[in-house]
Amino acid sequence: MSDLTRQSAATLASAMAQGDVSSAEVTQAHLNRIAEVDERVHAFLFVDADAAMASARAVDDKRARGEVLSPLAGVPLALKDVLTMKGIPTTCGSKILEGWRPPYDSAVVERLRANDIIILGKTNMDEFAMGSSTEHSAYGPTRNPWDLERIPGGSGGGSSAALAAFEAPLAIGTDTGGSIRQPAAVTGTVGVKPTYGGVSRFGLVALASSLDQAGPCARTVMDTALLHAAIAGHDPRDSTSINAAVPDVVSAAMNGDVRGMRIGLIKELSGEGYQAGVEQRFREAVAILEGLGAQIVEVTCPHFEYALGAYYLILPSEASSNLARFDGMRYGLRAGDDGTHSVEEVMSITREAGFGPEVKRRIMLGTYALSSGYYDAYYGQAQKVRTLITRDFNAAFEQVDVLISPTAPTTAFKIGEKVDDPIAMYLNDIATIPVNLAGNAAMSLPIGLAPEDNLPVGLQIMTPPMTDERLYRVGSALEEALIDRWGHPLIEEAPEL
Amino acid sequence: MSSNSDALMDYDEAVSLFDPVIGLETHVELGTNSKMFCACPTEFGADANTQVCPVCLGLPGSLPVVNATAVESTIRMGLALNCDIASWCRFARKNYFYPDMPKDYQVSQYDEPLCTDGFLDVTVATDNGPQVFRIEIERVHMEEDTGKLTHTGGETGRIHGADYSLVDYNRAGIPLIEIVTKPIPGTGALAPMVARAYVSELRNLMRSLGVSDVRMEEGSLRCDVNVSLAKPGEEWGTRSETKNVNSLRSVERAVHSEVERQAALLSSGGRVVQETRHFHEDTGRSTSGRSKEQAEDYRYFPEPDLVPVAPSLEWIEELRASLPEAPAAKRARLQEVWGVTDVEMQTLVNADALDLIEETVAAGVDQSAARKWWMGEFARTAKERGVELGGLGIQSADIVRVEQLIAEGALTDKIARQVFEGVLAGEGNVDTVIALRGLAVVSDDASLLAAIDEALAAQPDVAEKIASGKVQAAGAIVGAVMKATKGQADAAKVRTLLLARMGVVE
Repeated sequence: MSDLTRQSAATLASAMAQGDVSSAEVTQAHLNRIAEVDERVHAFLFVDADAAMASARAVDDKRARGEVLSPLAGVPLALKDVLTMKGIPTTCGSKILEGWRPPYDSAVVERLRANDIIILGKTNMDEFAMGSSTEHSAYGPTRNPWDLERIPGGSGGGSSAALAAFEAPLAIGTDTGGSIRQPAAVTGTVGVKPTYGGVSRFGLVALASSLDQAGPCARTVMDTALLHAAIAGHDPRDSTSINAAVPDVVSAAMNGDVRGMRIGLIKELSGEGYQAGVEQRFREAVAILEGLGAQIVEVTCPHFEYALGAYYLILPSEASSNLARFDGMRYGLRAGDDGTHSVEEVMSITREAGFGPEVKRRIMLGTYALSSGYYDAYYGQAQKVRTLITRDFNAAFEQVDVLISPTAPTTAFKIGEKVDDPIAMYLNDIATIPVNLAGNAAMSLPIGLAPEDNLPVGLQIMTPPMTDERLYRVGSALEEALIDRWGHPLIEEAPEL
Repeated sequence: MSSNSDALMDYDEAVSLFDPVIGLETHVELGTNSKMFCACPTEFGADANTQVCPVCLGLPGSLPVVNATAVESTIRMGLALNCDIASWCRFARKNYFYPDMPKDYQVSQYDEPLCTDGFLDVTVATDNGPQVFRIEIERVHMEEDTGKLTHTGGETGRIHGADYSLVDYNRAGIPLIEIVTKPIPGTGALAPMVARAYVSELRNLMRSLGVSDVRMEEGSLRCDVNVSLAKPGEEWGTRSETKNVNSLRSVERAVHSEVERQAALLSSGGRVVQETRHFHEDTGRSTSGRSKEQAEDYRYFPEPDLVPVAPSLEWIEELRASLPEAPAAKRARLQEVWGVTDVEMQTLVNADALDLIEETVAAGVDQSAARKWWMGEFARTAKERGVELGGLGIQSADIVRVEQLIAEGALTDKIARQVFEGVLAGEGNVDTVIALRGLAVVSDDASLLAAIDEALAAQPDVAEKIASGKVQAAGAIVGAVMKATKGQADAAKVRTLLLARMGVVE
């Protein structure tokens, strides 16, 4: 088999199943690739080569014994550093958790292990998943493999860059306002935010509990579906986990078809504010979907214009509380404990030293929004907007089966370009945020390169809660049509590193 | 005069000038096997930080899941307090930084408590007989306990000034219910007794429901006592909140001393500051804690990690139907059945003896005998040892056995007391103690007759008197026999045998 790192997870899995290649060989190839390119990409914060190889050999042994293995057994994966893995450093991209090795596996990691998926290491991210560029990592930015001067999106830039740089065929991301989808869009990869409650949050270090959702990332729709099926399902340890059958995403990915489907264009998420090339590729994709037999319907979601405002009240409010526990008392960084400071002072000095500027900004915003006398005007009002956005979605889904929009307003921007302009940074997520507020599922998949900068453009598909399979039905049909048009997957146009 | 002066006014004078308004917030640990939001055990007294997991340690990524038994216990308590039960309510986060809080927020309930608007009638004994007060309940809600801090070094015993502090998170996440009364006016001079009676009745209620065994000595019930004073007919004054008052006696004393303190303050032109105060068990008085005038902002908001609690109407009605008899109703019933006076009944209640006696009666012991044992020997021993009556280690079965042996003539009352002395000393059950101490009644006629003959021979003059019909002289012989048998004979039986031997008929 030629370059193992260029293959899809499905291809690798089937080659391993047929005995053409071992997991040890596949894993070693990816470790070699990481060694070769990651100094430039900086997708990984931690790579445990020995553990990965040991797991790979264990899978090979199981296969040799004739055990029945899961569809992705032996395939390597990159894990976002916001999910706990027993004994492995989990930093969330923050100095404040430096040195902390969790004593327990997250539910996602448990499921990955149960599926014999090989975890290569932990990927870089904006600190505590706050950001859209991975520039807010305390451990330095990750670079976009399409152009190393540009951002790979965020917060899950490490995971998306690892896929685009062929360092891993699969990755796990988490999505609070677009942190799976926007990085997928700007790196020419696929990412899915499952329905809220579809994948257990147990062991996912919380940014905003009511918005956070872990999900699958890969280079193809089918690989994403296989990973989705592996990690989804009810978990009694997560009170918000949905106790219902996982939507059949793999069958849907195998049977891409939009004939007779009603696909909605959201008036409020089209028109102004998009880079010309993004707009152009999106219109072309709409035409393709129509050509494949879908009925295109324009719908209106009048409250979406308030989504960003509501999001930047709800998220900081929850985050200010979720991040309170990082006080230097029990784990991670402790600063100022020199015998001259009180316990409150040590907490304060630790937090001053351990948190970066974006985290501090959001903690202050959230603390203010929850304060007595301001609660109703800010947090309370934002929750009402959230309800209205959910109603907008419900009304839209009475007319259509899925909704689509560009994933991000622009292609990947330059590192440093927006890092000092929070509002410009926040606007990256304008199209992805409504889905988190309502708890729906959504996918981003690549639809071409913007003519003006030759950088990837993503299209977002949105679907009602627990109908995640529709994402794959539409995504797979669109992916197939686009590959037919291009003659190859878009990712093959990525420059050699 | 400074506003936080701790000078006192004589209580009688204080309540002649001012009407107290009291209010109580009571936290009680529920008796569930596992914690509020995780599966860790709740057993008291384990080594520090051995009953913890990622959830109750608040480790990054961990998530809470509500303990269904805790919800059920809270609903049952709410129903027993005549509350409305919410069909839908949420937990909320109370945010503040403190090292005993693993997450730096406490999961509690805020504006959506599970139970609201109830009442509890309590009885206070007065010189004019029992007086009933209706205590209105504002709310009953669920929350998690914090860890336990121990401060070492320093003079105050507080975290500030300590050389170091230790945290035990075994207690973190233990389920608590908080029961909050509405302000209670109109109790006058009886305010301290009403406060005590209320907490006592809450405890009775929780025990009868089986939702908590309320071990006050282990800190499983903690009270915050609110007191304000007003001149008759005037608006209520500013209240103080005395925190962590942990025994019935302390509740009474805390109200008492706070009335005295506020009265002294107000009478000398001072004003009461809204503040929290610390109660000191040794002096029975409180000292000023932090002022609440700059109230701490807890930034409450609905806990997003937990789905709402939504008990179905069917379930609530099922729980209502299965409530046990209320303690007050039970008291009335037992008082009638046992035929005891109000005062006697109050003594039984105060001694926490009611359930124990009832259980003993149910096991087959005559009620007056059951009362005699529990309120006599046992109550005295409990008082000496400073433990609760139920904690003595006496089982109803022990009393059943002793009464059975008395009825058979194998024990006398006096020997039975020695038997229980052994049981209370931990020497074993009734039969073991009898065997070990050799306490069986001498009932073998032959050996008794031998002892009688010996006594008659030793006191021929007495023997003659008896023989001549002076039956009252028999006492001297019976006494001698009892002495010879070291008290292990049944005196009545000795007397019968003696008179038969002498051929005397009474």
